[in-house]
Amino acid sequence: MLDDATPIFTQIADRLADEIADGGLAEGDRVPSTNELAAYYRINPATAAKGVNVLIDDGLLEKRRGIGMFVAAGARERLLEDRRRSFAERYVEPMVAEANRLGLDGDALIDLVREVGHAQGALER
Amino acid sequence: MTPAISLTGLSRRYGDQLAIDDVTLQIDGPSITGLIGRNGAGKTTLLRIIAAQEFATAGTVRVLGSSPVENEAILPNVALVREDQAFPQFRVRHALEAASLFYPHWSAELAEELVASFELPPNRWVERLSRGMRSALGAVIGLAARAEVTLFDEPYAGLDAVARRVFYDRLLADYAEHPRTVLVSTHLIDEVSALLERVVILDRGRIVLDAGADEARSAFTRVSGAVEAVEEFVAGRAVLERRRIASQESAVVAGGLHDGDRPWARELRLTLEPLSLQQVMVQASARAAQQSKEREQA
Repeated sequence: MLDDATPIFTQIADRLADEIADGGLAEGDRVPSTNELAAYYRINPATAAKGVNVLIDDGLLEKRRGIGMFVAAGARERLLEDRRRSFAERYVEPMVAEANRLGLDGDALIDLVREVGHAQGALER
Repeated sequence: MTPAISLTGLSRRYGDQLAIDDVTLQIDGPSITGLIGRNGAGKTTLLRIIAAQEFATAGTVRVLGSSPVENEAILPNVALVREDQAFPQFRVRHALEAASLFYPHWSAELAEELVASFELPPNRWVERLSRGMRSALGAVIGLAARAEVTLFDEPYAGLDAVARRVFYDRLLADYAEHPRTVLVSTHLIDEVSALLERVVILDRGRIVLDAGADEARSAFTRVSGAVEAVEEFVAGRAVLERRRIASQESAVVAGGLHDGDRPWARELRLTLEPLSLQQVMVQASARAAQQSKEREQA
């Protein structure tokens, strides 16, 4: 379930963030407790807590004393906004670098993006 | 708060051999700590000293604030499960009964559940159990004791993968409900690494690395890519291993990465990977050997 290349707590934070971004965990939903996460991922509860704390520090989750942790209001929109901002760095830059290496020019690259988008039925707007 | 375990300048000598060499280690409160190292690194000796089954030649041992040696207030709060656990002529249920009398926080309910999970026959004589079943009995006692200080010394000799999974899951579940200080020595490092909060690596009686599990994993990085790019990146760093094939090179560097390292590596088209704990142990031991050789030559 988890890989070795990234710290475990980062992976836990990423999984939860993905769920929030996908809407699987909606705003106001209760998030699994650190013990539940620890049992599911078979990891140390302190590591699970460290992952959850990343999202609490980012304001995406909020702790309600004695009840548990919940997805904060506006969390999804803020996550998507962050991801749009880092989209160029994470996806476009490596793609352009590779295209450059292969000798594809800008127009060819844009055509390719259109083609793939068309095939997936996305980017129609 | 009184630390659960506090060792200061601890040594244990057998004849002219130092099994434990000036070990200082403090474990404060509830945590699951892995004690890892090669065979003969001193893991068993260290655990036995903490449980007062062996005596230090020098240094001090404090368990729950006091010396554990012949200390009736402390020892019922310390459970040591050994690989070669010896039981007198007991049936399984007698061994459990005896343990229930010794450990004040014993949970008969948990013991019963675990006996069922491990499929242990309660009426069988302990000496007739297979090696794996004897290990399972040790694991049952170690978990059901709920001792404030729980020491597992290679607890799963002879346990198959399914039974080990049961052990890990039960350990995690019960630890979540009843946090306590767990120290587990192991050579199946990668299998337990996710369960650990802290990692102590022992090599020839010395602690060569003591860090949070995540920090331990980032203590060494494997850098791979084109030979010139790897060489440019590793220049000035402590390189522990270099391997080459054709125009590719893979090198292991010690020390954490800095902020600018990742973008730089991307530019050089290098792959950076943290080592698994198993590999960390190998590299930490190799590095300790290299350093002690350098000290001797100096």
